[in-house]
Amino acid sequence: MADLFDGYPVGRVWDEMLGLDGSVRDAYERVHSSLAQMTEGELRARAESLLNAHLTKGVTFDFAGEERPFPVDVVPRVVAAAEWDHVAPGVAQRVAALEAFLADVYGPQECVRDGVVPRRVVVSSSHFHREAQGVTPPNGVRVHVSGIDIIRDGDDTWRVLEDNVRVPSGVSYVLANRRSMAQTFPELFAALRIRPVADYPRQLLAALVAAAPAGVDEPTVVVLTPGIYNSAYFEHTLLARQMGVELVEGRDLFCAGGRVWMRTTQGRRRVDVVYRRVDDEFLDPVIFRPDSQLGCPGLMTCARNGTVTIANAVGNGVADDKLIYTYVPDLIRYFLHEEPILANVDTWRLEDPGALEEVLDRLPELVVKPVDGSGGKGIVVGPAASARELDELRSRLQADPRGWIAQPVIQLSTVPTLVEAGLRPRHVDLRPFAVNDGSSVFVLPGGLTRVALPEGQLVVNSSQGGGSKDTWVLGAAAPRREHPRSAGLPLTVAKDAAVPIEPGPDAFAVQNMQMQQQQAGAPC
Amino acid sequence: MLSRIAESLFWIGRYVERADDTARLLDVHVQLLLEDPWAEEDAACRSLLSVMAREVPPGRPVVGREDVLAWVAYDGTSQSSVAGALGAARENARRVREIISTELWESLNTTWAQCPARIRDGRPHDFFAWVRERSAVHAGIVDSAMSRDETWHFMALGRSIERADMTARLLTTRALAGVTGPSWVDLLRSCGAYEAFLRTYRGSMSDRLAAGFLLMDRLFPRSIAAALRQAEECLAGLDSVADRGSQDEARRHVGHARASLDYRPLGEFLDDLPHEMELVQRACSAASDAVRLRYFPSALVTSWVGEAL
Repeated sequence: MADLFDGYPVGRVWDEMLGLDGSVRDAYERVHSSLAQMTEGELRARAESLLNAHLTKGVTFDFAGEERPFPVDVVPRVVAAAEWDHVAPGVAQRVAALEAFLADVYGPQECVRDGVVPRRVVVSSSHFHREAQGVTPPNGVRVHVSGIDIIRDGDDTWRVLEDNVRVPSGVSYVLANRRSMAQTFPELFAALRIRPVADYPRQLLAALVAAAPAGVDEPTVVVLTPGIYNSAYFEHTLLARQMGVELVEGRDLFCAGGRVWMRTTQGRRRVDVVYRRVDDEFLDPVIFRPDSQLGCPGLMTCARNGTVTIANAVGNGVADDKLIYTYVPDLIRYFLHEEPILANVDTWRLEDPGALEEVLDRLPELVVKPVDGSGGKGIVVGPAASARELDELRSRLQADPRGWIAQPVIQLSTVPTLVEAGLRPRHVDLRPFAVNDGSSVFVLPGGLTRVALPEGQLVVNSSQGGGSKDTWVLGAAAPRREHPRSAGLPLTVAKDAAVPIEPGPDAFAVQNMQMQQQQAGAPC
Repeated sequence: MLSRIAESLFWIGRYVERADDTARLLDVHVQLLLEDPWAEEDAACRSLLSVMAREVPPGRPVVGREDVLAWVAYDGTSQSSVAGALGAARENARRVREIISTELWESLNTTWAQCPARIRDGRPHDFFAWVRERSAVHAGIVDSAMSRDETWHFMALGRSIERADMTARLLTTRALAGVTGPSWVDLLRSCGAYEAFLRTYRGSMSDRLAAGFLLMDRLFPRSIAAALRQAEECLAGLDSVADRGSQDEARRHVGHARASLDYRPLGEFLDDLPHEMELVQRACSAASDAVRLRYFPSALVTSWVGEAL
């Protein structure tokens, strides 16, 4: 019988399941052994039922105007508890530093005065909005939700690839993948202690409620979506549904009397917190793009007056500008007085003296990214690019060095993934999600693992043909008890208190007799 | 209508609802045990079995998920398991084949016929999802293609009594043990009430609100109060010329339980939830008995013995 792992190349890049000599790493032991027991047919049947589970739930993303099922791979990614205990604080630290940076940039700008970040880098960022200057969020939080993309390089080091503190998406796929995987692999869930993720919507709601303007009892939270044609619409509905809040479009909101309201069948209703999934530029046609139909005129004025909280705050984009990214380790040291837990990927700032020349020289071996891009748009991978593409890129870099950064090609770690040929290594990254409620940063155990399905492909975005994997953080932490059981409470119903489930009329005795009669009558 | 027919209709309602509710309850428990690494499987299973009034056979040191599934879901011989209830519903439908519509009969018969094939090792969720779907088909046919005559009233009466009883059991699972029991979220989810609840209370989750929702929400049809109210209405529909001086026995039990949910403060219930839920279950059981005595009187079974002089 052919083993699923037959022909699996080992030792070429850092694989998370199999070591260089083909031995199974500890965290994956259980997953590997249960995969190894399966035939390819069995595994493919599971993959199909997994996909069906997603289809039933309507887990889709919008690609080029078409609704497609979100691909999820049948092999999970496993993160050992010790590794996670390194990654999670690293992510939380990063969020804390970016939070402090944003408060500073849209406030006193001390980090600029102290020379940590050059003024021109801040003010030249296309997402630095002067309109947000002086808008003070009620509990000081601007980055309510963040997705810090991290990768594991060829030396088994976790590194931050980019920060997303505007409107990071993907958490719904984490929740949906987990539910579908639990239905597909019940035996693995029974055997492994996987940290649950279902708590996320509650954490998010708590953070949003905590961010409400001061003095509002029972604040009304809404999720603002661009509408059903947005690629992340599934996520918007899922979050709104699981938080039990209204999902609104721009046209459902209006501003009057210095407040934001929504139109309901019961008349207008005040809105206190807007968890917006609409980009800054579309949020308020009065301030930003005047042709936007997605926002609500006057929203920014209300935010400035402190009658409504916008989450995430407007102008956060300056913190996930890829040029600012290169300064984040310094920002961590400056604001938090700590050493960064997670390292950056080495990056050339093209405006540094000599950097542009060096990068132009070595262009075929580097990855070049636009500083304000997301979703893998505009990324040029040097080794994979044609000469013409590189020439074009060269002139673009020379014209706008502020607009680009360059990084060495990193060999992302691989995880076995089911493809046509069987299980093969495919490159992955990880987007852990963090929720900041003002007093602490909650990092969702796991996160969205994206996998590049074409062989050797290093760009993992779903808009670039990527898939996803469920990410299992093994739970070595001590059981967490929300409500310790009080000693007096019984566990079972006492025997005399148990009310039996009533049986119906005793039908079976009669049935027997009728059959007897039939048998007796048959010979006649 | 013949009493025998009425009784079967009543029990079709009860059995289908029983299969549905038990499937929902088990689905949540099994999924919980899978997803929460810190669930204490043995304790959780024992608690669940006791709520379903099942005794663990002596000599079983540890009870697991598989045992619960085998006893409460897949056991075709017990009328209080999912598969058994589906079989019993079909058996009852066979007895009233001439009264119910072909569509309804075929739906129940198909469910029963497909049931063994749906039971597959390791895929309990698929089975439960299928059971829920089939009972929704049944409910849809009853709702849309059945005259609101006695036939419907008996079936709906059975369904609402069973629903109140099962929801009470469900609440008991939570009340019994804070940790090993399911959370309120799971409980609401198992009734299909989670999203309705979230929308009603805009995401604020507290034990009080959740308990109140399942106990006495007036608009959600699976809350105990709503189920009891429906039972009352069915009883009223059956008893068109009500005696003005006294109240029908079944209506007294149901109405008393419903009124106490409607008019007593929530806190009183939460203080001793298991006991209060026991009272609801007993009221359902008493109402069921009263219905039997009044509408399905059966002649005493006389058995003749040969002369033994």
